[in-house]
Amino acid sequence: MTPRSPTSPGAGLRRVAGLVALAALPTAVLVVFFVVPVAGMVSRGFVVDGPGGPSVDVGGVLEVLGRDRTRRVLWFTVWSAAAGTAVSVLLGLPAAYALHRLEFPGRRLLRAAVIVPFVLPTVVVGVAFRELLGESGPVVRWLGVELDGTATAIVLGLAFFNVSVVVRVVGAAWESLDPRPGEAAAVLGASPVRVLATVTWPQLRPAVVSAATVVFLFCATAFGVVLTLGGLRYSSVETEIYLLTTDLLDLQGAAALSLLQLVAVVALMLLVGRLRPAGDGRVSRVVARPRRPRRGDAAALVLTGLAVLLLAAPVAALVVGSLQGPDGWSLVHYRALTSTGEDAWTGSSAADALVTSLRTSIDATWMSLLLGGLVAVLLSRRSRTRGERRVRRLLDGLFMLPLGVSAVTLGFGFLITLDSDLLDLRDSPLLVPIAQALVALPLVVRTLLPVLAGIDDRQRQAAASLGAGAWRTFLTVDVPVAWRPLLACAGFAFAVSLGEFGATSFLARPDDPTLPVVIYRLLSRPGDETFGTALAASVVLAAVTAAVMLLVERLRVRNLGAW
Amino acid sequence: MLSIEGVSIAYEGTPAVRDVDLTVADGEVLAVLGPSGCGKSTLLRAVAGLEPALGRIAWDGRDLARTPTHRRGFALMFQDGQLFDHLTVARNVGYALRVRRLRGRRVAERVEELLDLVGLAGYGERLPGTLSGGERQRVALARSLAAQPRLLLLDEPLSALDAGLRERLAGDLRDILRRAGTTTLLVTHDHEEAFTVADRMAVMREGRVVQQGALAEVWREPVDAWTALFLGYARVLTGPAASALLAAADVTATGERVAVRRSALVADDGGPLRARVRSVRATPVQTRLVVDLEGPDSAPLGEADAVADLGRRVGPGDEVRLRVDPGRLAPLPG
Repeated sequence: MTPRSPTSPGAGLRRVAGLVALAALPTAVLVVFFVVPVAGMVSRGFVVDGPGGPSVDVGGVLEVLGRDRTRRVLWFTVWSAAAGTAVSVLLGLPAAYALHRLEFPGRRLLRAAVIVPFVLPTVVVGVAFRELLGESGPVVRWLGVELDGTATAIVLGLAFFNVSVVVRVVGAAWESLDPRPGEAAAVLGASPVRVLATVTWPQLRPAVVSAATVVFLFCATAFGVVLTLGGLRYSSVETEIYLLTTDLLDLQGAAALSLLQLVAVVALMLLVGRLRPAGDGRVSRVVARPRRPRRGDAAALVLTGLAVLLLAAPVAALVVGSLQGPDGWSLVHYRALTSTGEDAWTGSSAADALVTSLRTSIDATWMSLLLGGLVAVLLSRRSRTRGERRVRRLLDGLFMLPLGVSAVTLGFGFLITLDSDLLDLRDSPLLVPIAQALVALPLVVRTLLPVLAGIDDRQRQAAASLGAGAWRTFLTVDVPVAWRPLLACAGFAFAVSLGEFGATSFLARPDDPTLPVVIYRLLSRPGDETFGTALAASVVLAAVTAAVMLLVERLRVRNLGAW
Repeated sequence: MLSIEGVSIAYEGTPAVRDVDLTVADGEVLAVLGPSGCGKSTLLRAVAGLEPALGRIAWDGRDLARTPTHRRGFALMFQDGQLFDHLTVARNVGYALRVRRLRGRRVAERVEELLDLVGLAGYGERLPGTLSGGERQRVALARSLAAQPRLLLLDEPLSALDAGLRERLAGDLRDILRRAGTTTLLVTHDHEEAFTVADRMAVMREGRVVQQGALAEVWREPVDAWTALFLGYARVLTGPAASALLAAADVTATGERVAVRRSALVADDGGPLRARVRSVRATPVQTRLVVDLEGPDSAPLGEADAVADLGRRVGPGDEVRLRVDPGRLAPLPG
């Protein structure tokens, strides 16, 4: 072929330039505030300052991994996560069915309420379970069962969070199952059980497996619940990292465990990516109309009741406990929220901490929306070349990483890497919001991406061919579809950062802590009064979070919280 | 005037369009006709600026390589319309005007005028979701015409519709384009649509333009057997059969092959050709025959199609005489 004046390179270069411009900010933030801190934390395990300068020490890492205690911690992490996953799936599947396919009074309210536990601050849940299972709690008094401080309590706590994940992921899939294949099977003579086994289950299996994998991931990296419920007897990898860093100052041990966790989590996430059901890309789809329960639904309804009990009991115990003064019902604990008292060790009063929390969360929300929005727009655009597609897939994986990396690792990584002369941010008021935004980032991306990717690209081309520029096209085509999910994301990110504890516990300034940090500080002091204040503070935090989530639920966004 | 010079387009190394040269004069409607996958839609998208291309695409001599889609002043209408479902019909139609910062009465008047043009007066407040397929395509057409594009690009504009509606709309489309005087590049796989709407056509095959010219010219002189069959000729006869047909039609053409329409051979007792009927099928207008042609010495020349008036009684095995309508065959070069 003879060389010709090319029409494309101008346009091609512009495309690449646009891609780079969109990716620049999120990538820079991710590298500075995620990759560098985590890498810094992990490298502490390998690099030792010796007399001849820094040297690589692999033996130290192996020594940590060979310890008896490490082995116990690992074993506990794996089996408690497996048990938590099993309970979540066992209760979540029937609940997903009942809440998404059956019609009964109160269904909408229940569906909205079920998503709340997932974003409840872990510290709050820890407090609630201790109140429920503690010496004077209803479980001991009425059932005579001692669960406080046991592994069972931890497993129940893990299930408390993750039942909602199963209900949402599987429920959304179940709801959008085309009912006609099942009807076809029934017409051919299949009993309901047979229809479930031969038609429904195969269609549902990818969603269930994907939900279970994600739940396992969450359980294995849970921090707040294990820390508040496990006490000194039980420790998972995540809490062990925390103990090694803060109490024992064994940085090498902590780094070794962080590395181990990182490897395991990345492997698991690759698996999740494989299992994630491929969305059909359409924005609208067939949704089966829910029907009245029949006799055959009794078992599902009973298990749903159990799930609701598991979710409601701790919250109820928390609320009741917070209203118990020394002499019966009283608001004394709530009055204590506004005072720092003579004890200055909480850093500030709970009320001030709530204000700090709200302010921090607002910052974290706009940050995660900005970054997540850019990433979602970037990833949803069609790739024109193989190289472009590869870059997109790489970025996709990169921005999912915060989902799996220990928040403790992240928080501690911040502390040890952001103190260089170049960039000393340790005292910056933006440090906590940035960490929280990174924790919420994967969630924002996962919610927005399917929405934007579901828009037919020819809609944008139609707008462009009618004379609309890039910005105008975005306003015409993307925004009308995406504003609800975006708003829902905002609420979700806000709720998540409101309750974020793992990273915040490292980064919050001693004199200006967030509410979860204050609650944890209150808990770590013995005494009925401080515990009562912790209860009251937990109720307030839970109420704010729940209110935000119920508002979000009203937006009826499908993909929210579905990975 | 649109000029496309030596344009090639590849998808990840696989060529989709190869070295295409085309021009569309002002006010002209050019149809690019080809089977699906021949690269015609890719070519259209490149003209719209949605696909990077090698070569030169220019308007009035000015290269468009650096002009993004939304500044080209073209309008592209998709096969399925791609209306904005959250906007009313009126807002869809007025979209390009609002983009150009027109407001108020002038937009409203122009929208009304366009809806009138496409036969949908009074539909302004409806939402696209409530329209039928044909109505949606009309709205899409009105939307494309609104800002008086210097070039209208139509991508299989009628293919998503059912047969009856397609035929009616093709006629409407032709009238609307004539009245608006819009320069148009149309791609389609349907030769009927191309013949109804266009002034000129280009036939594309495997990424290349194999023939272009005025409708009648392309129709009369298809460049090869494949093109002839794609344009709706029923068969291509070769060898002695071709010679016999050309002789009977009194056409002086040198060639071994001839493309024949189904109605090129007509049963006529005074006709010069002899044939034996193989099968008969009645249609509302005429009887369709498949016959075995016979040479002067009763040598078999092969199978061919023919037609007979409905009044004539013919059955399988009958011998018939045929005359040839010279306007319904095309000698092929080579």
